[in-house]
Amino acid sequence: MSDLSPNDIVIAQAGIGANGSVREALEGRADIMAMTQATHDAALKPSDPGGLSHGERAALAARVARLNEDEALAAHYMALLEEAGADEAVSAMADPAHDSAGDARRAALLAYTDLVSTHPRDTTPEDIEALKSAGISDADIVRLSELNAFLAYQIRVIAGLKLMKATA
Amino acid sequence: MSTIIHEFTTKIPGWRPRVKPIKLDEATPEQLDALKVTPSNTKVSDYVLVLANDVETLKVRTPLFNAIMYNRGGMGRAERELSAVGASVVNRCVYCAAVHASRYNQLTKDEQVMEAIFADGEKAELDERQKAIFLFAAKLSKAPSEATEEDMQALRDAGLKDDEILDLILSASLFGWANRLMHTLGDPVVE
Repeated sequence: MSDLSPNDIVIAQAGIGANGSVREALEGRADIMAMTQATHDAALKPSDPGGLSHGERAALAARVARLNEDEALAAHYMALLEEAGADEAVSAMADPAHDSAGDARRAALLAYTDLVSTHPRDTTPEDIEALKSAGISDADIVRLSELNAFLAYQIRVIAGLKLMKATA
Repeated sequence: MSTIIHEFTTKIPGWRPRVKPIKLDEATPEQLDALKVTPSNTKVSDYVLVLANDVETLKVRTPLFNAIMYNRGGMGRAERELSAVGASVVNRCVYCAAVHASRYNQLTKDEQVMEAIFADGEKAELDERQKAIFLFAAKLSKAPSEATEEDMQALRDAGLKDDEILDLILSASLFGWANRLMHTLGDPVVE
């Protein structure tokens, strides 16, 4: 069995200490935690980002964390945004109140992200058509969806672990 | 011509993509590796061929999915499927709900639990343990903040151990992921 990484984002964000019953359970699933970390890296910092830059990915991730009221996770993604050296227009996307009006592509990325992160049940075929109409390629639509989907997973694992710890 | 279905069912539908699947005969070596196929292999689903548009995520996501749903120890297979259904019902992913409800039925030889869930959602009459698992998965799926310490305590009161609770968190969260791909990138259809 492999050990838990000392740099695991999910474990750090959930505030799981070096000992205790939650830590023990996580050690039993060290492989899953390592793969979770690997998917974080693949979704946020892929070697081929396609049409969705590292800066845009980090900004969208911070936005989704905020839409889910997880400020600590948003801070993690703001640090990634900084690291990516994104310009002001990209950084602005991290604020859920900002809609990138005037830039059809970014506005479409934000509208889709807001809907999928908070109300996935309400998505329709038209939401994908709106991305295509804004000039976003099929491959980039999949990249955007994977980013949103991974974040939904990560945010929920962190929230669940916090509850586990609180009741341990 | 196929028709989109909107109601929950345990009969597994087809899936029609809204974005272009990659073409296997044009796939890059990295895509073929992530798909674990050769170009002559034709039995790859449209869903996986759609996801191959983002090969770096697909490559790590497939083993993660399998580990969460099928790893040894911890929570039983059927209860992980129940958790997947809890998320899929909340997110209204008809395709995922059908696949995992039917797996639950196969594993337990009991169709009543899924019938009750599809008919009554969170008000379904289930035994204490099933109810605690289903409600926790459903609430965590709606918004992480909807799941509370009381919901977690209900799991502990129903006898779930820490390793089982961790598997529940992982499987419910995993379907927060899967539903956002399956439900947004295509439609469940019947011929």
